[in-house]
This record gives sequence, C-alpha cells and structure tokens, in this order.
Amino acid sequence: MALEKRSNFAHLTVAVPFLWLALFFLLPFLIVFKISLSDDAVAQPPYGPVFSLGEGWTVLRDKLAQLDLENYAFVLGDWLYIYSYLQSLLLAALATAILVLVGYPVAYAIARSPRGLRPVLLLLVILPFFTSFLIRVYAWIGILSREGLLNQLLISFGAISQPLEILSTNLAVVIGMVYSYFPFMVLPLYAALERMDDSLLEAAADLGATPSQAFWRVTVPVSAPGIVAGALLCFIPAVGEFVIPDLLGGSDTQMIGRTVWNEFAVNRSWSVSSALAILILLVLLVPILIYQRMQLRELESR
Amino acid sequence: MDSQPAKPQKPQSVRRKFEPWADPAAQPLIRFQSVVKRYGDVVAIDDVSLDIYEREFFALLGPSGCGKTTLMRMLAGFEEASEGRITLAGSDLSGVPPYRRPVNMMFQSYALFPHMTVADNIAFGLKQERMPKSEIAARVDEMLKLVNLRGFEKRKPHQLSGGQRQRVALARSLAKRPKVLLLDEPMAALDKKLREQTQFELMDLQQRIGTTFIIVTHDQEEAMTVADRIAVMDHGKLVQVATPTEIYEQPNSRYVAEFVGDINIIEAVVERVTPGDIALKSNALEAELRLTQRSDVKTGDPAAVALRPEKIRIGKEPLSEVHANCAQGVVYDIAYLGDLSIYHVHLENGFVLKATKTNISRQIEPPIGWDDKVYLSWTPDAGVLLKS
Repeated sequence: MALEKRSNFAHLTVAVPFLWLALFFLLPFLIVFKISLSDDAVAQPPYGPVFSLGEGWTVLRDKLAQLDLENYAFVLGDWLYIYSYLQSLLLAALATAILVLVGYPVAYAIARSPRGLRPVLLLLVILPFFTSFLIRVYAWIGILSREGLLNQLLISFGAISQPLEILSTNLAVVIGMVYSYFPFMVLPLYAALERMDDSLLEAAADLGATPSQAFWRVTVPVSAPGIVAGALLCFIPAVGEFVIPDLLGGSDTQMIGRTVWNEFAVNRSWSVSSALAILILLVLLVPILIYQRMQLRELESR
Repeated sequence: MDSQPAKPQKPQSVRRKFEPWADPAAQPLIRFQSVVKRYGDVVAIDDVSLDIYEREFFALLGPSGCGKTTLMRMLAGFEEASEGRITLAGSDLSGVPPYRRPVNMMFQSYALFPHMTVADNIAFGLKQERMPKSEIAARVDEMLKLVNLRGFEKRKPHQLSGGQRQRVALARSLAKRPKVLLLDEPMAALDKKLREQTQFELMDLQQRIGTTFIIVTHDQEEAMTVADRIAVMDHGKLVQVATPTEIYEQPNSRYVAEFVGDINIIEAVVERVTPGDIALKSNALEAELRLTQRSDVKTGDPAAVALRPEKIRIGKEPLSEVHANCAQGVVYDIAYLGDLSIYHVHLENGFVLKATKTNISRQIEPPIGWDDKVYLSWTPDAGVLLKS
C-alpha cells in the first residue's frame, strides 16, 4: 500500500514539469504556429481565420483549408529577413566566443581560490542580477555614448582625441550581450572546473606535463561539457535578444528579435512575425539538440 | 579478473634473500637526510632520515595523519621539504618540479583522465616525452599485457570496474619506466578478496620489472604482505624501520607493538637481570615473568612485556612444574574466526589476557567454552621487553 502511494506521488512529481511545459511552452507555441499559418486581416484579432468552438465540422474544415505556408515562403524569399537571421547568429556567436574567453579565466580563478572565498566570488558574479536587466542595459548607454564615461575616460588619459562612436553600432550590441550573459557563462564553467579532481593535475604533472601542458591536455578537455553548457546558455537567448540590440544597436543592427518586433508592432503583421519566431525556434533547435545529446552522454559516463 | 590462460611454469618462489640495507657497501637509491616539513606551526615530518635501496619494495605504514603521505609527496615533488635533503641516485631533488622527476606515482583515487581511453591514459606520459608513435604503441601494448588488460584499450575509465581502473592506473604510472614507483594506498578502494589477490600480483610484478616500489598504507597486513621493509610512522617520525618479521616479532616500542597485529601488554618491574634471562614482576600476574631477551635494563626499572596472543598456550589442564610465564583465569569472550578463535581470559585480579588457538579439529562445540577455567602459559622467548 505504502509503496503504491509513493509511486503515485512519484508520478505526480514527474508530471509537474510536463504540465508546466505544456501550459506555458507547448500551448503558446501552438498558438503562434497557428497564427504563422494564417493571413493578415484588418480585424480584431488582426489575422484570419479564427477558430471558435461549436462551428461544426464543415466550417472547421473550410477554415483549416485556409491555413498555408505562405508567410514562410515570404520570409525565406526576402533577403532582408535572411540577413537578419544571419546577423543574429553572427553577433550571438561572436558574443559567445568572447564570453568563453573572458568567462573561462574568471571561472578558473574562482574554482582555484580558497574554498571559503568561493561563495563570495560567485555572489559577486551574480550580484548584477539584483538590479533590473533594463536598467543595466540603459547604464551601458551612459558608458558608451559620445559623451559617455568611456570616451571621457579615454580622452582624459589622452588615449584618443576624438570620441569613439561605439553606441548604436554592432560593437555596442556585442559588448552589451557579453556583459549581460556573463553569469550564464561563468556558472556552468565554474561547476565543471570545481568538480574536477585536483589529483588529475597532479597526475599530469607526475607524468611529465608542465602546468600549461596539463591545463591544455587535462583541464580544458575535462571542463569541455561546462564550456558547451555555458556557450549554449548564452548563445540561444542571445540569438533572439531584443532589448540589447534595440537599446544599444544602430540602424544597421537588424537582429531577428528586433525584426519580429518590427513586424508585430510597426507593420502589424502578426502572421509574418509568428512565422519569423517559429523559424528562430527551428534554427535554435539544432544547438539545443546538441546540448541534450551532450548531457545524455555525461549522464551515462557517471 | 580477466586472467588469460597462463603458460605452465615451473613454480618458483618469488622472493629470495634480499637485504641490501644490511650491506654497508650498498649505495641507497633514495636518501632522506634530516628532512623536516612544516605547515605553519604544524610539524608534519619531524627530522626523518631514511635510506631506500634499488629494487626494494618499501612500505610506509601508519595511521592517517602520521605523515606517510607527506613523505611520499615530497619524493614525488608535490611538497618541498622545509629542511633537510632528499636525494635520488645521488642527485639532490630540491627545487626539481614533479614533471622533471624520474619518479611516478599511482594515486589513491587513481586520477585517471576521464576524457581519455585506457590506451591514451597509459600513453599520456610517453607523449609528453615526445616518444615516436610506433614506440608508444608498443609500450602501451606491453603495459596492457603487464596488467592483463589487453582488449580494453579503447574503453573509457568509466566503463571499467574498480579493479580494472586500478590496473590502468598502475600501467600508466609504470609506462615511463620510472626509477621509483610511488603507490598511495593503491588498494584502498578494492574489496578484501581482490585486495589480497592484487597484493600478490603487485609483488610478482615488482619482482619481474625490478623497479623500486614505495607504498603508503594504513593496512598493516598489506604492508607485511608486499614489503621487504616497513617504516612505521607516528606523528611525523619514523618509529621503526625493519623487515615485516622484525616489526612483528621485535617491535622496538609500545607504539609499533600495538599498531601492528594484536598484542597483550603487561606492565612490570624488573627484578633480576642475568645475561639472557630477565625476571620481572607484574601486578597483573601472580607468577613471575621470565624473558630470554638481551637488554640493558637494570633491577627496579619499570618495563612492559609485549606478548602476542598466538604465542600463549591455552588449555583446560594446568601444566605441572611451571612457575613462571603462566596464569589462570576464566574465559569471558570468544571470537570464533573459523581458522582460529580468540579467547579473552579474565585473570583473578581483573586483568584480561588475549590468547588465540588454531582450530585444528572440526568441532561444532568449542573445546573451550565460556566461563571455563583455563590455564595460560608461554615460553620465555615469546615475550618482548619494551622499555616504558
């Protein structure tokens, strides 16, 4: 009896995340997907056909027949959208690469610091989260603008005579993304490095590896799952990033998040923006699947 | 274990007489000279001087925290001595980083590289030496054969059993043909049966390849099984360095006597000393204690007599004409271990003596049971005099 009860409870706890995902991921996804197959209409809501319950089978079949892939053909046939996708992927990839280069030494230093100091250092990495994300991105406007802190500082040091144009460029977008996603890179890297057995490095040294050789032949490959996890945690949301390119980017910054927003709010085309959103998801599915496979493999290796 | 069918060999004893430490002309391979290691105020190694010879299988034995691991890590180069000198084949090791020492170590955790296959793990040190590829392949194969792991080269460490991982670790640490192999609690993670088997395999292996082995262990049986000589350590000091037999039969101190094996310690006072015969009196025993040992004790000195339980004869009948080295009491506890039984005997004045008896005959009912009155006796050469 008790055993049965517990197994029911176990089923229930497993069901919770599935319910959550069905309610807040699958259902919205299906709605967006349906809109992406619809046509724009001057109506409320601004697309058609609109299904409602109790219309009867023939009406329903009629309306279903109106759904088509027209919007996808439109999006994929326009270079502006393709360019937008490519730029998103490129800027996100660039930001992720920089994040790995900056995040790894930081995570390494924290993992090698005295045990008592580590929680404090980790807290410092997470501390920016205590302030609103939007405020922090606005702060970067104050740093990067023509009369901003950075230019004032560089001019007062005599490093430059003319202020640099950083704000409203793709560079500013990359800086903003590197800054914003920094904790997402450092935390999984730290977890991977902290878990590493110190005796592995001693074994490498014992077998003739200098500290730098041991780092490249042991530390980096052993922490590779952490690098991949961190990179995907940063790359995936960075591709669809809206706030940072909108606030820090310029007119030539056409990342896909901004394009979706344009289609939705300016052109009032819900159907095209939905199609754009579904396509981002498809593009991002590839790295997500890679991540899943890596996680599976790591689970197996335990 | 994955043992391959071995070719029939003429049985040959593995150990022959080997005692370079007794030869004044022999040059030690490793010398610790007045080595001290301090961590802040804590003295981890307290003035240790020790010579270890080529081809020797040497054991550092002691409880955790006695400094045995520190001593080994100083040899590997992971710790630097605060004072004193460590030399290997005549050259001073101070300041030489671990990756330049001709010493390899097998780690307690094995420290196998999880991202590499068995073959890559073994080849790691060889690649580091920039050995040609074909030679590496040949050496890896040789090592796999040595530890009986052929056919496992493509596996990753997590696909191996504990015993197999232990063998990979051993093969990896031997691949570079080090002058000295350090083994840090190499069998701690194995179960008892496998541990015993591995101990014998390790001995055979060491004999075949002739490398000097230094093993750190807290398991006295393991040290006694594998080692030519044992150094018993306590609080950073070497208490006794001797062969397993000497350590067991002639412990030089109470600490060694109590740490290695089971023992009865009887506090006594020296009554008479004649060459080859010492008589002592103890509050614990009615009868006199007589020892044939030679010692520089004098009449009236306090001393302790250490007596191994297996050297005490236990029986239900009193031995006639015995006036020394005997006692009588009542059995109040029996530990039946199958091959032998340990009897805890309460003497009349409350003192407890432990005696063991081999169970020679197959009997369900023990020949000596609880509450039986028993007579204990031992010969004058059974006990060891320890100066308190």
